[in-house]
Amino acid sequence: MLKALVIDAGKCTGCKQCEMACSLENEGEFNVAKSRIRVFDFHTEARFVPYTCTQCAEAWCQQACPVNAITTDSMGVKIVHENLCVGCKVCTIACPFGTVNYNASTGKVIKCDLCGGKPACADACPTGAITFQDAEQGGFDKMKIWAAQSANAATHEGPNTPKASQAAGTGH
Amino acid sequence: MGWTGKVLRVNLTNGTVQSEPLNMVWAQQYLGQRGLATKYLAEEIDAKCDPLGPDNKIIFATGPLTGTCASTGGRYSVITKGPLTNAIACSNSGGYFGAELKFAGWDMIIVEGKSPKPVYLSVADDKVELLDAAEIWGTSVWHTDEWIKAKHQDPMLHVATIGVAGENGVLYSAIVNDLHRAAGRSGVGAVMGSKNLKAVAVRGTKGVKVRDGKAFMKATNDGKKVLAENAVTGSGLPMYGTQVLMNAINEAGAMPTRNSREVQFEGAHDISAEAMATPRKSDGQKNLQTNQACFACTIACGRISKIDEKHFTVVNKPQYWHSSGGLEYEAAWALGSNTGINDLEALTYVNFICNEQGLDPISFGATVSAAMELFELGLLTTAETGGIDLKFGSAEALVKCVELTGKAEGFGKELGMGSARLCAKYGRPDLSMTVKGQEFPAYDARGIQGMGLTYATSNRGACHLRSYTVSSEMLGIPEKTDPLVTEGKAALVKAFQDATAAVDSSGLCVFTTFAWTLNDIAPQVDAAVSGDWSPEKMLEVGERIWNMERMFNHRAGFTARDDQLPPRLMKEAAKTGPATGLVSGLDKMLPEYYQLRGWTADGVPTNETLSRLAV
Repeated sequence: MLKALVIDAGKCTGCKQCEMACSLENEGEFNVAKSRIRVFDFHTEARFVPYTCTQCAEAWCQQACPVNAITTDSMGVKIVHENLCVGCKVCTIACPFGTVNYNASTGKVIKCDLCGGKPACADACPTGAITFQDAEQGGFDKMKIWAAQSANAATHEGPNTPKASQAAGTGH
Repeated sequence: MGWTGKVLRVNLTNGTVQSEPLNMVWAQQYLGQRGLATKYLAEEIDAKCDPLGPDNKIIFATGPLTGTCASTGGRYSVITKGPLTNAIACSNSGGYFGAELKFAGWDMIIVEGKSPKPVYLSVADDKVELLDAAEIWGTSVWHTDEWIKAKHQDPMLHVATIGVAGENGVLYSAIVNDLHRAAGRSGVGAVMGSKNLKAVAVRGTKGVKVRDGKAFMKATNDGKKVLAENAVTGSGLPMYGTQVLMNAINEAGAMPTRNSREVQFEGAHDISAEAMATPRKSDGQKNLQTNQACFACTIACGRISKIDEKHFTVVNKPQYWHSSGGLEYEAAWALGSNTGINDLEALTYVNFICNEQGLDPISFGATVSAAMELFELGLLTTAETGGIDLKFGSAEALVKCVELTGKAEGFGKELGMGSARLCAKYGRPDLSMTVKGQEFPAYDARGIQGMGLTYATSNRGACHLRSYTVSSEMLGIPEKTDPLVTEGKAALVKAFQDATAAVDSSGLCVFTTFAWTLNDIAPQVDAAVSGDWSPEKMLEVGERIWNMERMFNHRAGFTARDDQLPPRLMKEAAKTGPATGLVSGLDKMLPEYYQLRGWTADGVPTNETLSRLAV
């Protein structure tokens, strides 16, 4: 099963625990400036939004890399190989979402690699704004909310009984 | 480890900046932030100095847990001699600024002297510069934040700044960081203004390391679990913010109303957390938009509010139609109950202006409240107020006052003195609800007896955050005591004061103590820094800090006479609610408190006490 980070910005409080967990996992210290996930503060709109790499199936960062330093693992994760990366930053230009970034202290680029399958940010999030789920079901919670709304809008006319023709399986 | 070990010293007179090693002996004795910076200040300045003169210093200090994943580990404090009180001042703030300062590699910034012209301090890791602030002098907190980020082309930096209030010497002006978090009390903003220092802008890309990573993750995760499972920190505060208290304190008959003439406010429900979360009749929208966490906080009590665009306060002012920091309980009380105003939208607007201009809403609201009583008595008239009909309950009057105070225009100049100086000037010093010149906050000392002793003995002047015995007396944390009695309160206040001084020195938020005791906090501190930090050591450090602050005030000229409450609380009994018939029993609690503290009957720490604590 392919898993992905699912972000529900409506639950984010802007605490940056995800950024600290990310930097601790990848840099061995608390350093939000080096986090692969970032929380953006749109407080004038009353919104806080975590954002990171979505592991595109067809990754432009990977295609743009002139030295093939970015590969895809068996879980679909795009991984930067530091020993190959020459710090040219072309991938940071290619990425439409800005989630590949240059790390000046190493001269290499950094991006989310899902911590090898156990993302620290999702573990650290106190409100469930970041979860790690089956990639094919990431939208189901939202679907359920909308489904509930449409159910509320629908009128109930007593118990639902199958129509004879359908129940008998004679539709075909 | 935990500490960066580096202090940034900035001399504004000479325009010099230098790095020096943190005094590690003091760090073991005073931990960080409030305690450690107060030690530096007490060693470096004359306690009798003019707080607004060049001899005063102002320190921005983090704690060892600031910039870590410990829940709420993002606090910093501003330590200086306060101009409102002439006593030691320490104002604590959240937001993101404190952690950023730590990430830039500094435990604290000590600012001394006075700049010949307006400047701001830019700290980008080791690159530290004093830069020209001519273009932002005279502008608001919000404009300054935006201007500095644009100028440095860096939206990720964090700014702590004064508004026009601090420039104009308003004695309760705040230092505001991240637009609406504030080192709010005791006039620390005026000290910055007196030094021609407009702002401190910080960007940090260095990491914070801890002594024992594995133990640290265990201790901080254990702590987070306790916070999440606690009714106050896990549900009450994130849902309702500190405003969860409005109805509860009112029902307890401990809500200072109309300058403490009454102890219950008939309009409390209209300005409560519940009202903020209910759709308005006017436009169907809620005042409360969402909650916000400060750095690393897993409680998230902060309020983000939006004012009704058709409300009279903002109807032609689209610049106030966005969401911003909403009402906390203390502000809702000071601006609302204490002035008899139940207009939630007006209070939210006044709170926005306090953030934008850099005012402490507690002292501002309490000063307006005192002025309203003087007005009712005819001691102040429209001749002095510039035509403002300063009646209790008038939202229009409050709005005019806030628009004038930061700018120090007209009657705002009088309000900017604070209630002690204002009431003295108009012949009724007894009407100022202050201790040591600082306005007290949202708990009546008749209905919650421990808070009377808390206000009277607080080293920075009346304050609820120095020993929040409301926890015990109202909420039963850590154990329930009767709010209406004085027995046992001296010991309770001392215990809260000492523990809180330690928490305020750690980098953590005191709100964690609704759920945490020092038994939860000490393991987090100990895993972060060297020194075998047990709960007992934390408590001893807290007691040392309390006595050090007391000695600073003693040298500044304070005596037991300054540990008194206004006569209203000692003579005029509560007329309604559970405390009916009661006055404050401070006279019973204070001598016992001095004795428990190991102080003389005149409130001075004895030599034995000082040597026992190695102050």
